This record gives sequence, structure tokens and C-alpha cells, in this order.
Amino acid sequence: MALAQTYKGDALTLEQGWHMPDRGTVGIAFLIVTESALFTIFVVAYLVYIGKSLNGPMPKDVLDLPIVATICLLSSSITVVFAEHALKKGHLGAFKLWWIATIALGLEFLTATGIEWHKLIYKDHLTIRTNLFGTTYYSLVGLHASHVIVGMVFLLLVMGVTFAGFPIQTQFRRVRFLSWYWHFVDAVWVVVFTVVYVVGR
Amino acid sequence: MASIDYPLERPRPKEGEFSFSETLYRWVATVDHKRLGLMYIVTALLFLVIAGLMASVMRLQLAFPNNHVVGPETFNRLFTMHGTTMVFLVGMPFVAGLSNYLVPLMIGARDMAFPRLNAFGYWIFLFGGLLLYFSYIGGGGLSGHGSAPDVGWFAYAPLTSKAFSRGASTDFWILGILVAGIGSVASALNVIVTTICMRCPGMTLTRMPMFVWVMLIDSWLIIIALPPLTAAQVMLLIDRFLGGNFFNTQAGGSAVLWQHFFWIFGHPEVYILIFPAFAILSEVIPIFSRKPLFGRAAMVGAVVAIGFISLGVWAHHMFAVGMTSWSNTFFAASSMLVGIPTGIKIFNWTATMYGGKLRLDTPMLFCCAFLLQFLVAGLTGIMLAVSPFDWQLHDSYFVVGHFHFTLIGGLVFGLFAGMYYWFPKATGKLLCEKLGRWNFWLFVIGFETTFIPMHFLGILGMPRRIYTYAPDRGWDFWNLVSSLGVIAQAAAIALFIWNVIDSIRSGEKAGDDPWDGWTLEWATSSPPPEYNFEKLPVVRSSRPLWDLKHPHDPDWKFEQ
Repeated sequence: MALAQTYKGDALTLEQGWHMPDRGTVGIAFLIVTESALFTIFVVAYLVYIGKSLNGPMPKDVLDLPIVATICLLSSSITVVFAEHALKKGHLGAFKLWWIATIALGLEFLTATGIEWHKLIYKDHLTIRTNLFGTTYYSLVGLHASHVIVGMVFLLLVMGVTFAGFPIQTQFRRVRFLSWYWHFVDAVWVVVFTVVYVVGR
Repeated sequence: MASIDYPLERPRPKEGEFSFSETLYRWVATVDHKRLGLMYIVTALLFLVIAGLMASVMRLQLAFPNNHVVGPETFNRLFTMHGTTMVFLVGMPFVAGLSNYLVPLMIGARDMAFPRLNAFGYWIFLFGGLLLYFSYIGGGGLSGHGSAPDVGWFAYAPLTSKAFSRGASTDFWILGILVAGIGSVASALNVIVTTICMRCPGMTLTRMPMFVWVMLIDSWLIIIALPPLTAAQVMLLIDRFLGGNFFNTQAGGSAVLWQHFFWIFGHPEVYILIFPAFAILSEVIPIFSRKPLFGRAAMVGAVVAIGFISLGVWAHHMFAVGMTSWSNTFFAASSMLVGIPTGIKIFNWTATMYGGKLRLDTPMLFCCAFLLQFLVAGLTGIMLAVSPFDWQLHDSYFVVGHFHFTLIGGLVFGLFAGMYYWFPKATGKLLCEKLGRWNFWLFVIGFETTFIPMHFLGILGMPRRIYTYAPDRGWDFWNLVSSLGVIAQAAAIALFIWNVIDSIRSGEKAGDDPWDGWTLEWATSSPPPEYNFEKLPVVRSSRPLWDLKHPHDPDWKFEQ
């Protein structure tokens, strides 16, 4: 065909110096962007409805600062980084240890949320239909908790395949993406904590 | 400069060798971006016909005063389903289909970044659409009220609460759109990652075709603007199923908050819908003017500017709800601001044509009509952005005329230009030019006849969404004219469908490059093989095929 032309020299230099960003990295980054847009609306709804409830219970009456749960969740961001570094260096034993620590801290957070909800529902009689506070509180905290659960499922999956003998170090990229997602869930908790337990009280 | 190998004999898939069930399996199980792109576009065309038929029934009902073709309940369902279908099941899959088919070809990639996510996106979109239409059968709900959704495409609270919308019809609206929206976000994420990570050697951002640029910003808008709708719909579900109070005014909730959340999605959405037309025009006009796109950098700047400004204009849909005068002023000003980058785009397309060697084939005809009609739509948009003017004409037929000028006169005309332009690439056959001209002129005449009178009707005081009207209002004549236009539009669409079927069966062979194109999709065969390019191309300018065809005068000598 008449169009067929090649400029071999130039093509080679171009191809040698041509690097594109990693698909997974860009993909997870924009997934986090779109998830942030989702959370923003729930946070805005919470902020708009602070103090608009027509009847009790009010946040200042029933909410306690979840200090331990918060420390656990934020620490799990640190342990997951240690796990990632251990995996990068090929220390599989240390990776397993830090990974289990991350899962344990995440589980502690979820348990604390469960206990808090149990107390709110059965002792304070605050349900999702009681008032605006109940509706926005359970929606926002629940949306965050559901993201923690999704993170836990993947953390457990990685742990399961690792203990089954799968060479997890070959999947370092994916483990790192999971840790980024986990950091995102933690960062969202910082916002939720500020909005619900500091500003909203 | 570029290096693209053109072997004499290319292996082509031989469709005739497969049985029906094998062919079906190859389409259903495909992860090929071209097949998925075509599936998106065919599905969108199907929904376009359905939504068009609904519009025809509505125009028939409104053709005469006190008409009784359909009752008020059916009319409510018709305009709700028409609007919802056109936005979510016609516009959105066209965005996804066009970007799926063309972006990898234009950036010299073999597929999208995540092919399986791509297939997931299509199927979940399709089933979301089917779920919405299942409401005609299943929307009765346990209490036996209603069938299809009848709350309007923006589903304002508190009309959507359990008290006012009994049965399951509103739930079908929520879930169908929510599910289809997941597909749109998946496909948009895929386009972004593909554009950033899969470009062939030499395809820097400054050399990327304008189509890909616009689709990149379009996908950015989708991933930013669709989650707010999903969030608001989840809140509505919580209200309807769990007894939440988000939009329950009796518990202190705010119905206006739904409007804010909806339009935070809804206004970027209209830019999401018009961007594919911008993308198509930016490719078609240069090719048919035989000039490179005028002011490329300004075009990119304008589209990026729209991508950000359009996120801050939503409340101009809400001037009539009684916001503070500061809010009204802010949103009026930001809405006018968005007119500046849009004006730059119109100017640059016109400047591309100026002094060019114009070829008025069907794709170019549709582009010319787009320029005029979209200009009118933009001007009525500026009028409505003035909040006191909006108070007069809010929820009137003037608004209906305005947004049909943007979405039909803009988007659908742009899509026709695109379909006539890329049909040869996708099928290897040219669409019949004579039928194309009939299609174009019938559609222009029908479009103007239907939608220009709506502006007059709005100024004469006719509100939106009424199912009939009394004869003494002075609305009879323009309503009849508007309804008559539908005949020409329907004929145009029917001609187009016939043109497609006939051309696939016995159309003129197109060859690989029928329009003497400049972007990479014309460098491969028509239709392209599954792997797109045997050897990944290398580009050195924004018009790689121009460089190949004119080795003594290539663009890369002049471009930075």
C-alpha cells in the first residue's frame, strides 16, 4: 500500500524512551476520586441536617467519642504499610504478621461500630427512622463501615491465599493497590469522625 | 513521522463460517472494545426509537386542545420514561459506545485498559435499562398502584415519597438508573485509564486527537457527577424502604436538598451528553474543510474549562424555588461564564471552516446544522441563566424548546454526523449518500418545525408536562405545527435505519480510508481486526496520517 513508510531510526528512539503510567495505579487513583464524590454527598447531607432534628435523641446525648476504634483503624494504615514493605523485601513471615495485625485492627473497628450501634438502637432507641440525626448518622457511618467490610473481605482473601501457599510476592502491585484503598477508607474515617463526633456534637 | 506497516494480505475474521449460536456466543462473551462499542450504539439506537415513539404519542396528544389520545396518568408515565430513557439509555450509552469504539483506535492501542470491566459495564448498563422498562410489567407493586415511573426524569421530592408514590414504580426508576449508572462509571474509568496509560509511542497529550481529549474530560465529568446521583438515589431508597427522613419534610428533612443533589449531577450531565457531539465535530469539521483544527490548544483549554465550570452551575435549574439573592446571582454568573469556553469552541469550528476547501457530504451537513442550532440553544440558555427571566419562563415550553435544541439539535445531530463519518470504518461499507441527504433535510425540517414553536408556546404561557389544554389559550396553532414536525423527524429516523440495513447488505465498499483522514483509526483496515494494529504505530504529530501521506510536508516539522 502506498501509505507504507517506515522511519526506522526515529521509531526506535521513540519506542525506547516511551513509558506510560501503570494502568492499575491510575485505575485505583480514579476509583478513589469517584468514591470520594459519593462520600461527599453523604457528608454534605449530614452537615446540612446538623441540629435540624425535630425530636430526640440528639447527638450530644447519645454519642461517645470512639477513641479506641479510631486509634485501631488509623493504626491499621501503619501496619498495612509495614506489611507492604515486608512483602517488597521478600520477608514473608513479617508480611503475614503485619497483615494479620491489620485485619485484627480492622475487625476491632467493626466490632466497636457494632457495639455502638447496638447501644444506640436498644438503649437510646435511636433508629434510622427516629429523626434526621438517626437517618444521616446510620447512612454516613454505615456507608463507611460497608467500605471497611469490603476492605476486610479483600484483606482476608489475601491472607487466605497466602496461607494456602500462593506466592503472594508475585502480586505485590495488587497488594499495594489494596493498601491504597485501605488508606482511603481510613482517610474517609477522619472526615466522618470530624463531622459526626466533633462538629455534629 | 510514523511507522505503520501495511501488509498486502490482512487476516480478516470470516463471519460466514460460524453458526448462529456461535456468532451469538462471540458477541455475548466478547471483551473486544469494538464489539462492545457497537453493542452500546445499537442498544442506544433501539432505546432512541422507543423514546421517540413515546414523544410521538405525546405530540399526538398535544396536537389539538382537549384531546384524548392518552389520559393524564399515561401522559405522566410517557414524559418520565421519555426523559429518563433519552438521558440514561440513549445519551450515556452513546458516550460509552463512541469512546469505546474510537478511543483505542485513535491512540493506537490494541484494546481498552480493562477489557473485562468494559464488558461488565455494558451488561450492567443493559440490565439497568431493562429493569427500568420492566416497571411496565412489575411496577404495580404489592398495593397495585401505578405501572411505569411517573415522577418526571428529575423525580422531585416529596413526590417520590411513599405517601405520594405508592407501588414500586419509583423504585424501578431508582434501581434501574442506579444500576445503569454503575455501568457508566465503569466505562468512564476505563476510558480515563486507557487514555492516560495506553497511548502508542509518540502519542503525547499535545498530539492526542481532539476527540480523545473531549472524551477524556467527558469521562472525568462522569466519574465526578454520577456518584452524587447514586448517593441521592441511595438516600431516596433509605427513605422509601427503611423509613428514613432525608427528604421527609414532616420530620424536618428538605425537599430542596434533593433538587441540589439531583442538579449537582444533572447539570454536568447535560455537558456529559453534549461532549460526544463536540468530540465528533472536532474530527469531522477539519476533515471536511481540509484544514487542521483551528486553535487546538484553545479547544483543549475550553473543554477543560467546561469540565470544571460546569460543576458549579447546577442551581440555575432552581431559580424558582426561592434561594437567596446571593445564590441566584452566583449561579446566574457562573452559568454565563460557561458560555465563554463554549463560545470559543463554536468560534474555532467556524474558523476551521473559514477559508477551507469544504466538502459538503452528509457528516459535514449535520455539523453545519449543529453549529446553527447549538448556537440558538446556547443563546436561549444565556436567556434562562438570567434569573428574573427564568422566573417568567421556568417550567414552561420555552425550557422544553431550549433543551431539545441542545440535545436534539446539538447532540443527536452530532451523533448523526459521527455515525455517517465512522460507519465505513465499523462496517467496511459506505452509507448511501443520497439517502443521507434525504435523512438530513427531513430531520432538519422536522426538528425546526417541532421545536421552534415550543419557544413561542413557552412565551405564550404554556407550562411543561400538562397533558392537555383548553382551546381558548391561543396555543392551538403552534401545538399543531409542533406535532406536524414529528412526521418529518420520524421519516428521517426510519430512512436512517433503512440506510444502515441496506448499506450493510449491499452498500458501496468503503476501503480503509474513505474520507482521506488524518487520525490513526483510518490507518487500519475497515472493519479493524480484533487486535486493531499489527504493529503499534509511532506518531510524531497530531495528524499522523497526514505525515504518512505527505512525507515532504509533514506536520511534525512545524508542531512543537
